Amino acid sequence: MSIAVAKTYKLYVGGSFPRSESGRTYQVADAGGSFLANAVLASRKDARDAVAAARKGFSSWSKATPYNRGQVIYRIAEMLQSRAPEFIELLITSRGVDHAAAVAEVDAAIDRLVHYAGWTDKLAAVFGSANPVSAPYFSYSAPEPTGVVAIIAPTDAPLLGLVSVLAPVITGGNAAVLIAAEADPCIAITFAEVLATSDVPAGVVNILTGSATEIAPHLAAHADVNALDLTGAEAGLATELEGVAAGTVKRVYRPKGRPDFAAAPGTVRLRSFLEIKTVWHPTGSPSLAGGSSY
Amino acid sequence: MSRSTESVATDPTEWDYAPAPESEAIGRVKERYLPFIDGKFVEGSGDDLVSVNPGRDEPLSTVSTVSEADLDTAVHAARQAYEGPWSRLSGAERGKYLFRIARGIAERSRELAVLEALDNGKPIKETRDFDVPTAAQHFFYHAGWADKLQHLGHGPDPKPLGVAGQVVPWNFPLLMAAWKIAPALAAGNTVVIKPAETTPLSALVLAEIIADADLPPGVVNIVPGAGDVGAALVRHPGLDKVAFTGSTTVGKQIQQTLAGTGRKLTLELGGKGATIVFSDAAIDQAVEGIVNAIFFNAGQVCCAGSRLLVQESIAEELLTRLRERVDTLRVGDPLDKNTDVGAINSRSQWDKITELTRAGVDEGAELWQSSCPLPDKGFFVAPTIFTDATQTMRIAREEIFGPVLSVITFRTPDEALAKANNSPYGLSAGVWTEKGSRAMAMAARLRAGVIWDNTWNRFDPAAPFGGYQESGFGREGGPSGLAAYLDTDDEALIG
Repeated sequence: MSIAVAKTYKLYVGGSFPRSESGRTYQVADAGGSFLANAVLASRKDARDAVAAARKGFSSWSKATPYNRGQVIYRIAEMLQSRAPEFIELLITSRGVDHAAAVAEVDAAIDRLVHYAGWTDKLAAVFGSANPVSAPYFSYSAPEPTGVVAIIAPTDAPLLGLVSVLAPVITGGNAAVLIAAEADPCIAITFAEVLATSDVPAGVVNILTGSATEIAPHLAAHADVNALDLTGAEAGLATELEGVAAGTVKRVYRPKGRPDFAAAPGTVRLRSFLEIKTVWHPTGSPSLAGGSSY
Repeated sequence: MSRSTESVATDPTEWDYAPAPESEAIGRVKERYLPFIDGKFVEGSGDDLVSVNPGRDEPLSTVSTVSEADLDTAVHAARQAYEGPWSRLSGAERGKYLFRIARGIAERSRELAVLEALDNGKPIKETRDFDVPTAAQHFFYHAGWADKLQHLGHGPDPKPLGVAGQVVPWNFPLLMAAWKIAPALAAGNTVVIKPAETTPLSALVLAEIIADADLPPGVVNIVPGAGDVGAALVRHPGLDKVAFTGSTTVGKQIQQTLAGTGRKLTLELGGKGATIVFSDAAIDQAVEGIVNAIFFNAGQVCCAGSRLLVQESIAEELLTRLRERVDTLRVGDPLDKNTDVGAINSRSQWDKITELTRAGVDEGAELWQSSCPLPDKGFFVAPTIFTDATQTMRIAREEIFGPVLSVITFRTPDEALAKANNSPYGLSAGVWTEKGSRAMAMAARLRAGVIWDNTWNRFDPAAPFGGYQESGFGREGGPSGLAAYLDTDDEALIG
């Protein structure tokens, strides 16, 4: 038997897989405590690079049509399906779950992506409104993406949790900078390989591995980050980040408790990263003869 | 154009308006106003404040303010009311109370219009035609929602949040109180609301209307005071929801204060709205729109169009016509029915506007001010237009909150978009063009919560209002505004 070629786990930024500019790594253990891999210990500079990449990704992704966004997210589901065995094996190795539990988690993650793929072209219909204003104007309100969302991924359910926090953010047309669960960088970066082969434009999703405690405060303070998802932050860190986020009036989603990712998702994660824009347009007379176009 | 009185007599084209002041007595200004807590008007244990008539720089009335202990009482009363009568009422019954309040405002609208003009300094034309009727409309609109919450899309029986603490600004004192109270009550919450230090009177007349409507005690508590009272209210541990309209600086402090508390927050903060005028715009309508955008309420509007981005090819013509039009605006007595631009609300705001105007001159922008005469007393600023402004100047970046317009030119739509979006704010923006597709395309790309195509300053309780970025989050008005007062968190939790 030949020697296996081990994977080098790197970051996922701007559609590429760079190492940290800092050159730092940390060792990741499998469920039994043995060495599994070296992962990148992302730095502040990596976080800033990821934000810059996300801003670029946002400009194209937010202008993509809802149908196109839905197809791309569905494509992520397809790619995850095709690589299901790899994730099942990785979950068993790194988390020590049994085969059935690993299969269930991968299946649920695929289903979650399919669920959100179908949301992109319904957001405006469900969360928008035609406003019956008492003046000769056509007024409508429609959701738009908030912008760049920094996500601290949950530390339980390494694949399903990751997908459950990421999918609603990109479904709305946002770009994401996601800090993977510190103990599960291998699953997150393997998922990045799925994203990289799914027609997701470069920069729409950026994944950092390492310490949320170290990186997240920089993202919370960054003026080009518009929102925070604190799902994976422990309580003390989450409160600190909420305070830092106030400096630039970021939108913050912090779950009331530990989310049950196996349950059907509601819409709060979608709504938390959408802005309602109201547009007013004059109506008035269809005849311009009287000069009454307003 | 000569303004000498001699030429008025001889030149038939020179004419002036006769004074047309509304009677001050209609405002029924009382010598002293009291906080409204638990259904009663009670002496507060804070220091009295004197509300000034900014149109004359004279004391208008004295208001008893609340202490932190009074706030405890008010929050406790709101909690009791929430857990007691208010949550046991059906939505339909709650709605009937709100309808009553809407009617009460309409019935006392003339009085409120005069009182608001006296206390705030804005022209009676605006209080009479906008502030007061729109306040009544907000209660009427939300009254109708109270028994229809199940149709909002947040489940069959959405729950209120509990007790809301609300802090409103001085630029639309009654209207902002209505924006805050009506949706909160419609959704089933109770409130403790603090009017602004310089404009507490109309909210306390609203308290009388609420009392006359027999609203159960404690459902609405109105607690006058200065910024320290507001700060104490928003950090009060007895609240479930905080809603604030005011400056971005204070909004950031509130967001920081609430970090880790889990309390819901709505922030409606500052802005630096851009009016974009393309070369194909209907120039006369655009001029009227620009005037509305920056001189309505003397520019003391969070969504004011304080930046004018004009396409280079028409800049000269547009600015000539704009100056001619602005020169005809009548600045003066807020109670005069012919007044277009009233007083600045306070001396401190007047100082801030004056300081920023000086900064504009110092930084090299070209100053033009209306030649209109200003009253000898009171806080007045002549309508001001800065041309040759650049993106980096303070007058182009900071919210002046006064009748001061900064004009910047552009050549291409992309340049206009880049300049308009180059701001940490994102509340309002507008486009003047005769090309519908361009108006819609610009509307889609402007990063602001409210976009006005070929108009400005349109508001309606049915239309959600609120900002992007540092202009705040959460909406007021419409279905999304109402949802901000409901528990809409639908994520399943473990355990």
